Amino acid sequence: MNTRVTRSSRFSNGALAVLALLVVVLLTAPWWAGRAELRLFGEIYLYLSLACLWNLMAGYAGLVSVGQQAYVGFGGYMLFALTIYAGIHPVAAIIAGGLLAAAISIPVATLIFRLNGAYFAIGTWVVAEVFRLSFAQVSALGGGSGSSLPVAIVKSLADSRSARESLSYYLAIGSLILVFAAIYFLLRSNRGIALTAIRDNESAAAELGVNVWRTKLEIYVVTSALTAIIGGLIFLQKLRISPEAAFSVNDWTAFVIFIVVIGGIGTLEGPIIGTIIFFLLRETLADFGTTYLMILGLVAIIVMIKAPKGLWGLISQRYDLEIFPLRYRVQQSATTEQG
Amino acid sequence: MSQLLAVNHLSKSFGAVVVANDLSFSVTEGEAVGILGPNGAGKTSLFNLLTGALRADNGTIEFCGKDITHTPAALRCKNGIARSFQIPKPFVGMTVFENCLVAATQAAGLRGARARQHAIEVLNDTGLIDKANHHAGKLTLLDRKRLEMARALSTRPSLLLLDEIAGGLTEAECQTLISSIKKIQSAGTTIIWIEHVVHALLAVVERLIVLDFGKKIAEGDPQTTMAQDAVKAVYLGVE
Repeated sequence: MNTRVTRSSRFSNGALAVLALLVVVLLTAPWWAGRAELRLFGEIYLYLSLACLWNLMAGYAGLVSVGQQAYVGFGGYMLFALTIYAGIHPVAAIIAGGLLAAAISIPVATLIFRLNGAYFAIGTWVVAEVFRLSFAQVSALGGGSGSSLPVAIVKSLADSRSARESLSYYLAIGSLILVFAAIYFLLRSNRGIALTAIRDNESAAAELGVNVWRTKLEIYVVTSALTAIIGGLIFLQKLRISPEAAFSVNDWTAFVIFIVVIGGIGTLEGPIIGTIIFFLLRETLADFGTTYLMILGLVAIIVMIKAPKGLWGLISQRYDLEIFPLRYRVQQSATTEQG
Repeated sequence: MSQLLAVNHLSKSFGAVVVANDLSFSVTEGEAVGILGPNGAGKTSLFNLLTGALRADNGTIEFCGKDITHTPAALRCKNGIARSFQIPKPFVGMTVFENCLVAATQAAGLRGARARQHAIEVLNDTGLIDKANHHAGKLTLLDRKRLEMARALSTRPSLLLLDEIAGGLTEAECQTLISSIKKIQSAGTTIIWIEHVVHALLAVVERLIVLDFGKKIAEGDPQTTMAQDAVKAVYLGVE
């Protein structure tokens, strides 16, 4: 008997090829898409990035946070503070914001990691509120009413408006590719299999050699840093920041949870499907005002009842499919001993 | 043979419930020790204390000559203590092979092809290879128990803690289990086995420890220990 272990399947190879083609097409969007579409696509990429990051934390590391807006807002504010007062380039400011978020997430983690489950979730929300109230106190950044990014800084990105829009688009798609690739390769590594073990049974994982606390801390720090970078990009698109917008639990956490839960938590594919559905609903129903939010809630409830593992969970269970090959397959082939 | 494990005056209680009461014993390298006791005697809690899932209130645990009383569970497993869970705790979202791969990569510290090869070998030895791609969450209870054993072996343990793995097996399956545990022992792994299926236990172990209310009430050669009055009284209900 000859035994082989493979990871990719014919389906995953095909699906990845289609996806790669799609990415190439999307990379050329500044040449064929209009201003409004480009903006919408950029927003989709940033939301998908946030969803992937939240999914890594909640779906794999078991850190169900409702306070990731803390880092979205922090990243946004760092962009404004570092460009206006330190005079550094916006892109450098966004990256620096990510590093600062990583630094600040460590003391935050030592505090909130003492809490479990629902208490942890509430703890993260409290931290986000503390962030919001703290930034509202900083009068140099506009206090409670916020501030706009000065024209000179906006122009430092590129001279023409269309060039700026292209740059902003590429920053968004580039960071999505970065975030997604980082998560994909992490989950394929030895760390990833430890993380998946934590997802399935935390106490058993600990007794099988997985350092649960350290793994969770690493995930928390990395997701916080990347979330802050995405936050910086979001407010580079908006060009205006205020404590309410920067630390909005609705915009940066509730919608993200909706995306991940209906798409399929604890899978790489789930956030993609969730993001597509979220934006389809938003773009078709946005004119209905608050009714749109009620429909969103209804969709979430129906999906949670009918498909607790999300839409991708439903599909993958039924057809045993995987777009991004994380699983291992053991293949046995009888070797004939002839000649 | 040198001493592998030494438990000294170990105590643990949850409020009024005492699960370990001044417990002391030691295990030498290569030995197979059986643990008997009625339900609630503190057998599984003892394993939890040994693996680090529970912290002792008092007393010390030494493993390979080092004090591991305050060592975290993950590190104890990396150092060679592996256990099977009485109520199986498979990683339900993973396949059987992946369950073993967690142990091979995280506990045994193997990488890449070597980790995969080791997991395959263990699955071959435990008779689970044909179910390597099955989802662990969809296994029958019997296969879940097999997986517990396979996953523990994938950590390359020097001390294997088995918690009631013979329950519910047919006589033929029980004989297979006995011979595979003997094989593991003869390969150099030290074994502590909690089991209610006494004849299976006695076919393997060289020494018995009997617990009641977290206290050691008897220890020694299996035949003479089973014959002691105190053991008969608590375990077999004989006055």
